[in-house]
Amino acid sequence: MEQTRDTDLPAFDVRGLTRTYGTGHTAVHALRGVDLRIARGEIVVLLGPSGSGKSTLLNILGGLDRPTSGEALFNGQSLSQMNDRALTTYRRAHVGFVFQFYNLMASLTARENVELVTEIAAHPMTPEEALALVGLSDRMDHFPSQLSGGEQQRVAIARAIAKQPEVLFCDEPTGALDSATGRSVLAVLDDVNRRLGTTVLIVTHAAATAAMADTVIRFADGQIREITRNPTRTPPEGIEW
Amino acid sequence: MVRALGAKLRRDLWRMKGQALAIGAVIAVGVAMQIMMTGLHLSLSETRDAYYERYRLADVFASATRVPNAVTSDLAGIDGVSRIEPRITGSARIDPADGGLPIAAMTISLPDGRAPAVNDLLITSGRKPDPNRNTEVVVLEAFAIARGLTVGDPLVATLNGTRMTLRIVGTATSPEFLYVTPPGEFVPDDGRYAVLWMPRAALEAAYDLRGGFNQALLTLSRDAKTEAVLDAVDRVLDPYGGTGAYARGDHMSNRFITEEINGLTMSSAVVPPVFLAVAAFLLYIVISRLVQAEREEIGLLKAFGYRNHEVGLHYLEMALAISLGGALAGCALGVVSGRAMIPLYTTYYKFPFLLFRLDAASFLIGLAGSVTVSSVGVLWVMRRIIALTPSEAMRPPTPPDYSRAGGVGRALAQWLDQPSRMVLRRITRQPARMAGAVIGIAAGMSLSLGMLTIFEGFNTALDRSFGQIDRSDATVSLIYPASDSILLELGRIDGVQQAEPVRQVAVVFRNGRATHRGAITGLAAGSDLYRALDGDGHPLTLPERGIVLSSSLAQVLGLQTGDTITLEIREAARPTVSAPVVAIADSLMGTPAYMRIEALNQLLGQRNRIAGAYLQIDPSQEAAVRQRLSNFPMIAGVSLSKDAQQAFARMMDQGAGSVRYVMGFMAFVITFGIIYNTARVAQAERARELASLRVIGFYRSETAFVLLGELGVVVLIALPLGLALGRWMAHGIAAGFSTEIYQVPVVAAPHSMGIATCVVLGAAVASGWLVKRDMDRADIILALKTRE
Ligand SMILES: Nc1ncnc2c1ncn2[C@@H]1O[C@H](COP(=O)(O)OP(=O)(O)OP(=O)(O)O)[C@@H](O)[C@H]1O
Ligand SMILES: [Mg+2]
Repeated sequence: MEQTRDTDLPAFDVRGLTRTYGTGHTAVHALRGVDLRIARGEIVVLLGPSGSGKSTLLNILGGLDRPTSGEALFNGQSLSQMNDRALTTYRRAHVGFVFQFYNLMASLTARENVELVTEIAAHPMTPEEALALVGLSDRMDHFPSQLSGGEQQRVAIARAIAKQPEVLFCDEPTGALDSATGRSVLAVLDDVNRRLGTTVLIVTHAAATAAMADTVIRFADGQIREITRNPTRTPPEGIEW
Repeated sequence: MVRALGAKLRRDLWRMKGQALAIGAVIAVGVAMQIMMTGLHLSLSETRDAYYERYRLADVFASATRVPNAVTSDLAGIDGVSRIEPRITGSARIDPADGGLPIAAMTISLPDGRAPAVNDLLITSGRKPDPNRNTEVVVLEAFAIARGLTVGDPLVATLNGTRMTLRIVGTATSPEFLYVTPPGEFVPDDGRYAVLWMPRAALEAAYDLRGGFNQALLTLSRDAKTEAVLDAVDRVLDPYGGTGAYARGDHMSNRFITEEINGLTMSSAVVPPVFLAVAAFLLYIVISRLVQAEREEIGLLKAFGYRNHEVGLHYLEMALAISLGGALAGCALGVVSGRAMIPLYTTYYKFPFLLFRLDAASFLIGLAGSVTVSSVGVLWVMRRIIALTPSEAMRPPTPPDYSRAGGVGRALAQWLDQPSRMVLRRITRQPARMAGAVIGIAAGMSLSLGMLTIFEGFNTALDRSFGQIDRSDATVSLIYPASDSILLELGRIDGVQQAEPVRQVAVVFRNGRATHRGAITGLAAGSDLYRALDGDGHPLTLPERGIVLSSSLAQVLGLQTGDTITLEIREAARPTVSAPVVAIADSLMGTPAYMRIEALNQLLGQRNRIAGAYLQIDPSQEAAVRQRLSNFPMIAGVSLSKDAQQAFARMMDQGAGSVRYVMGFMAFVITFGIIYNTARVAQAERARELASLRVIGFYRSETAFVLLGELGVVVLIALPLGLALGRWMAHGIAAGFSTEIYQVPVVAAPHSMGIATCVVLGAAVASGWLVKRDMDRADIILALKTRE
């Protein structure tokens, strides 16, 4: 996929997106027609009750899943049409993921976990830079078993941003962390967005997180209920839980 | 059982169906072997015993040159003798109606007007001969069938030089001839050896034994001392040319069947436990992996108030479901294969009837064994279940520890990319786990290699026996030992390229208390058609003096080169002499011993006598040579090497030897089961990491490398170990297959190593493919959704 940096073009353009799991009686309509444009370089926070379809949307935009119907365009290119290999290439080139569970490779050190990505990316930063960004310069040679949960999550973020992705998807990145640690993780995401211009999508249950976003999307029952824009972003350090 | 746990059990089983099937199959095979072998053992031994009992097989056999009838009462008076049957036996030659080669036969007299008191026969068609009709004969059923002879057919036979036309009035089997081979051979070939039962008067006339007999058959009372009876019989018969009484245990037919039954006992004690042990190992791995993965659930169950044993029971039920399923399938398989084996046995062992008997105990043992197997695996895992605390469920997962300084791979690691590092670290930082996998695969491989080596051993035995030891085209046996001028006559036949002498002399070998009844084979100095080989397969030159023992005989007697052996010759003047053991020869069949024919003749106080000859025949003139041999007066029988070779090959491929194919197949099943299981366990352990790699943007093939690379390395390490273990295993299996009658050589064949390697690699590739297919289908999101 070529790197079109047409500033007018949104990062994502989503039209009539649906996703149904299963068929017949047991069919679950996780997304029931989502229309959405996500501007480049923004922090977007998705809020909504459990089961409302937030993760499903994130997964489709991140190239981990395909919609049942509708269109999801990234930089004008349709993700819905891509086969598995093309989606993998898309993830490899443009996307970073951070999950609630850190999903680090236990057999690799912090630095090596990051190298896992820098070795296959086109324009990566060095693992050292990435780890410095998340404040782990002094723990680079430690294995996941030697790091705290927050530190592991920061390694996961370093791994996600090291390729200098255009988009960063974070599904409940602070879900397993205490509030202080969670704040510091959000601060790292905020920092990445400011410094690298990365578009960041954060799914969270902590409504207060909305304060750090440019755009807040409220989800309910597989549909968007409300989109609000914050005139100013509150730095994560200032967010009250 | 709690209903929810029941549902979990079913789903877990369904999810692991591949592994469950593989483990179930190993158990099924083990149980099937158990049921088949114990069933066969029971069938053979009970049928044999009933047959012996009903037809009164002799406990003691004693032959002599000529014993007056009056001596019968002396023999009957020996302490412990319950029944006696004096009879006349001799050799005969049959000239088949189709003009084929003469066939060697044994003649046996039937008493007038009554059934033999000992060694009765079972008439299978027709009737017994009329005592007053000297030409009436009953023939061994197997021979009649093989030659297409029926009641009423004529039979041309030469008894002691007198040629006569007999008439077949019946066919029979006898417990004396359960297993019958042509003289000097080890494998039955029904058409090439006959037993003829004739009226006593006919044989008295034929062998000049009026008023006497030359063989006494005795049965003993329950409390009789066999050794004492043998000594007493020898004392009585000594003046009449007794060749030494021997007990039923030394009777050839009985020895073969007994060896077969012992072999089954051995294998049924060894083989099934091997399979069950493998299954226990696999079950342990699977269950412990499951407990590891579900430790959070276990913690939760405990938090709800479940007790350790209740949680343990859940996993035990899972193991039981697999092992009982396998065991039940094994029971069915065992019955089917046991039934299928019966015809193989009746082809070689001439039972009047043989039914596959089911041993109720073996079912119980099989089921109990499989229950034990599953319990052992789960009990082992129980420790972990007990160690888990409810709080485990609440605690965030800790990644496995790779930080221990495993310096091995460090230098290497800097040259590797990250996926390779992941592979390397798994191997260097979790050595115990990897060692388990390596040993498992190596053990599976050794089983396959062991069986393949045995296959090779059978081929080697065939090749050595008929390509290197006996290189003749035909063996001629004479009616009685005669002047070696016959050799010249044989050599003059057009088409006979070479004729070499042979003399076989019955002897009791003795070393202190160890004795063995057998024969010495006398060969010419430069014998080329028949050769004794040393351990390396090189021909031995027979020295002028002394005796060469086969390794099997040397072992029975506990003798080595340089020792002295006592020989109690059972022919002519029956001298007892001692001779130095000058060499040990390799032996594959029987327990032969070799001497120079001149030295053997000298022991007997004779000169230039031969009892037979090995011939090399020009293939283009074979028909003419056969024709001439058929009309040669002194000849008792002619056997073609290719017939003997075919009979041997047939038994190896269709008879008892064919069991090895089944066992070979089962070895492959085990090897595959272990490798597949290793791959599956590795995959399950790493599902999350692999999904993460996919999320990051690794292609399927790159992700597969991390998993399959590990499997590959494990397999590569296992290969040399498996080769080494396999050799060791081959010796064990060879010992199991070898009997006193034939030995299976263990030869290091690159061929079988190659195949075993291919089997392992093939199983690895197939397992890898199955696992990769699953990985490709796996839902990335699902794998990541849950906590470790
Ligand atoms: N693999 C699946 N099969 C069937 N239904 C699914 C599957 N994955 C998600 N769902 C359903 O789709 C709906 C949306 O799920 P999704 O994970 O997107 O919710 P969510 O908004 O992320 O919830 P949460 O905040 O609890 O994470 C839910 O009702 C869920 O049960
Ligand atoms: Mg979610």
